[in-house]
Amino acid sequence: MGLMFKDETYRGDYTFSNSPSAILRFPFPFHEDRYRYAVNIEPHLPGPKGSAYEFAIDIDEHYLSDMRDRAITLKDDPLRCQSLPHMLTAEWDLLELLMTSMSKDYPEHFALTMDGDRWHWINRPMGIDHQFTFGDVATLPTPPMEYIGRQCQGDFCLLDQRDGDLWMDAGIVTSQADWSLDFDVGMSFKEWHAPVPMAHEAGVFDRALKFLLNLQLGKPVRRLNWTMSVNPRLDTSPETYHLWGSDRASVTPENVADKVHLRVELQGLWRLPRSNAIVFSIRGYLIKMRELATVPKWGRRLPRVLSTLPPEIATYKGLTRYQQTTIDWLSKFDDGQPTSPGVWPDDFPLPAKT
Amino acid sequence: MTASAGIRVRVAETETVAKDIKRLRLVAVGTGGLPEFSGGAHTVVTMRDGERVTRNPYSLMGSPYDRSGYEISVLKTPTSRGGSVFMHDHVQTGSELTISAPVNFFPIDRRARRHLMIAGGIGITPFVAMTEQLAREGASFELHYAMRSAAHGAYADKLKHLYGGRVQTYCDDRQQTIALGRLLDGQPLGTHLYVCGPTGMIDWVLAEARRAGWPNENVHYERFSSPPIGQPFRIELAASKAIIDVAPEQSILEAIEAAGFSPNFLCRGGACGQCETHVVSTTDAIDHHDHFLSADEHASAQKIMICVSRLKNAGGHIVLDL
Amino acid sequence: MLTPGIISRPVYPGLTLDENAKHNLMAIEGEGAAALLDAVGKAGPDVGQCVLSRSTIIFTPGSSAQRSLDKQLGYDKQLADLKPDALWIFPTLPTAMFRLRGVLATAKMGTRLYAAGTEPFIGSVIQEALVAGIDHKSLITEHRGSAQRRVQCVHCKGFTEGVTTNPVTCSHCGLHLLVRDHYSRRLGAFMGVCIDVEDPSDLPKTEVLYP
Repeated sequence: MGLMFKDETYRGDYTFSNSPSAILRFPFPFHEDRYRYAVNIEPHLPGPKGSAYEFAIDIDEHYLSDMRDRAITLKDDPLRCQSLPHMLTAEWDLLELLMTSMSKDYPEHFALTMDGDRWHWINRPMGIDHQFTFGDVATLPTPPMEYIGRQCQGDFCLLDQRDGDLWMDAGIVTSQADWSLDFDVGMSFKEWHAPVPMAHEAGVFDRALKFLLNLQLGKPVRRLNWTMSVNPRLDTSPETYHLWGSDRASVTPENVADKVHLRVELQGLWRLPRSNAIVFSIRGYLIKMRELATVPKWGRRLPRVLSTLPPEIATYKGLTRYQQTTIDWLSKFDDGQPTSPGVWPDDFPLPAKT
Repeated sequence: MTASAGIRVRVAETETVAKDIKRLRLVAVGTGGLPEFSGGAHTVVTMRDGERVTRNPYSLMGSPYDRSGYEISVLKTPTSRGGSVFMHDHVQTGSELTISAPVNFFPIDRRARRHLMIAGGIGITPFVAMTEQLAREGASFELHYAMRSAAHGAYADKLKHLYGGRVQTYCDDRQQTIALGRLLDGQPLGTHLYVCGPTGMIDWVLAEARRAGWPNENVHYERFSSPPIGQPFRIELAASKAIIDVAPEQSILEAIEAAGFSPNFLCRGGACGQCETHVVSTTDAIDHHDHFLSADEHASAQKIMICVSRLKNAGGHIVLDL
Repeated sequence: MLTPGIISRPVYPGLTLDENAKHNLMAIEGEGAAALLDAVGKAGPDVGQCVLSRSTIIFTPGSSAQRSLDKQLGYDKQLADLKPDALWIFPTLPTAMFRLRGVLATAKMGTRLYAAGTEPFIGSVIQEALVAGIDHKSLITEHRGSAQRRVQCVHCKGFTEGVTTNPVTCSHCGLHLLVRDHYSRRLGAFMGVCIDVEDPSDLPKTEVLYP
């Protein structure tokens, strides 16, 4: 597989960057030159080889750096990982899902052997070799969601399904785009989405909830969410906002290309077997403007998307202070040529259509 | 879910467990095993009887932790549309069936301090799996199981053996009845009630729970309802203009599936809302049999649950937004 | 009067008497007593008496500013005149909640919980209910009195009580907080987020929005 894990930081000196192959596989979210809010759910089926969609759970070159950053965030604030008491069965379901996915799709890095309830898990990059009894918390050093969450990229929320609704009753969330797990734990689907502008009137969340209530075992779905951040900072939580918020006002024409990042969340939703809960994964990807512009189609499209973005959405996503500076820098890549439909770079090796 | 989803299984074993109740053990065709499931879940079994295709939901009553096979129990009801008769008379060891992945509309509420379960007759089936899961997770529960006679009570001995005093049985033919009022009053705050069985029994338990001051949030139930038999009529699908005849013992959903389409469905019992369809026009009154739409929605005749509802009289014509 | 807001902002539908409850536990603060009196009045004497004979009222006058007003209006006497099975009067919110917690620990199913008063009071009652295993949707609630809010600073996690303005200064860490309409039932508070990080010179004027 040839995955080389980088050693980079998401705070302080911000050494994070993408290799050329990471740039090409970035899950660019805009399939046209304009952004419109939509639920945009699709089946989470295997995507093109080499893409971020190839496997159910995506592990990339940033794996070890992500896990180090998560550990720092959790040490500073343990409330980023919480689980209401009734969610333990769902936690075990999540552990099973992640361990089986990671070991199946990245066998050179992860191995899982099961002998009835006796499980043996090996995580070579993190130097973990652990035997435990599935279902028995005493045999793991930390509860199941925290245990596997510290070894897998992305945030994970466990949604309890009851009373015709979904409840965010557990999660390990260290790379959120500005929402608080501690505040939202215990909320229903529409309650935790309450701050999102415009979508409630359009009935977007009613339809999404109805769809998710009927999510089937073995038929996961995915969607993309996007925002932007200044500096490749994973921990853009409200809790630490008073520390990073001023970054938004620090963008200048000289630094915009390296400071401003497009931040995309690949969100997956799986029905869990023993608990009947749903796991909502939020897998974040960052790319700076300078890297994004190396893909000609994206260099044309992004300024067009940003120039036509409704102001309420720009405000909600926190872009307003640096939006114009970003558009100005990107516009040199927009020669007015048409862009091909779809998200892929024009030279991404897609499988031939039959 | 649509008709095209499914897991291919083979009947590994059958057993008559009580009067008119047959247990079937289903194993996956090919390798891979079956997914573990949550207690209270059911599977929708596709039965092909010549040209006729029926799909019935059955509670998964085997161990939720047994990946090598699923177990269902079928009560033979001669007045039904034939699904249970088919399962009793034509499905035997070696038969192959298609089943859906487990779906759960009757889940355990794990916030509960205690779980109080009331089963009537074949309604015991979801509780067999739920009690195993609750026992494994160390939860506090009790199960009250009413049956017509000991001969009718499938799994009573097994459950008593597993859970001792937590299981009480009541036989109608010995005039034993559940002292429901006293049972409900004695439960500590935070107890959740689950009931499954004949519809009359469910109605009785729900009414008693309301009278005893139990809030709706603590009361859960699952009705085993199948589509009723009715009059023949005609449907038209607005998108394709296809005209499809619905036979008396066929549901609208089954008729549309037989014609080669795959509308959305899930529970096939009028409870979940997934098959809710907009009515474009109808020449006859709709006979609603679902438990999902409100009384106003029923009266408006704008929506219909195609898995259980039909037109009242013979010869009607309904146009559906499909 | 509480202003409507986003969906996570709770709504308190109003007190109605549950005739089926075997036992009614009514947590009342200050002007919430008027809500109970109104509900009993609306239900009529027969129903009212029947329900009240199976009711325990836990009453606290509320904040000290309210207290003299309550004494003038004589809520304790009016509640006693309802002839509930028990009437317990506590001087403050924490003491009332302590009693409520104790009662809930041994209560049986068939107990209906009511809450009337300011939003922070109702929030505290709901928190006790959650601990006792009662689903929040089973509570019967009505807001009366001040629209003041309990605000949690998302940065230091400290709670600031009796918030009537927006923005507000966190009583723990001193940051200037925008009081959002996003509400957590579990925490019983609205979220406060630092308002002047991106532009320290742009601190909006303090307005009394929740009197």
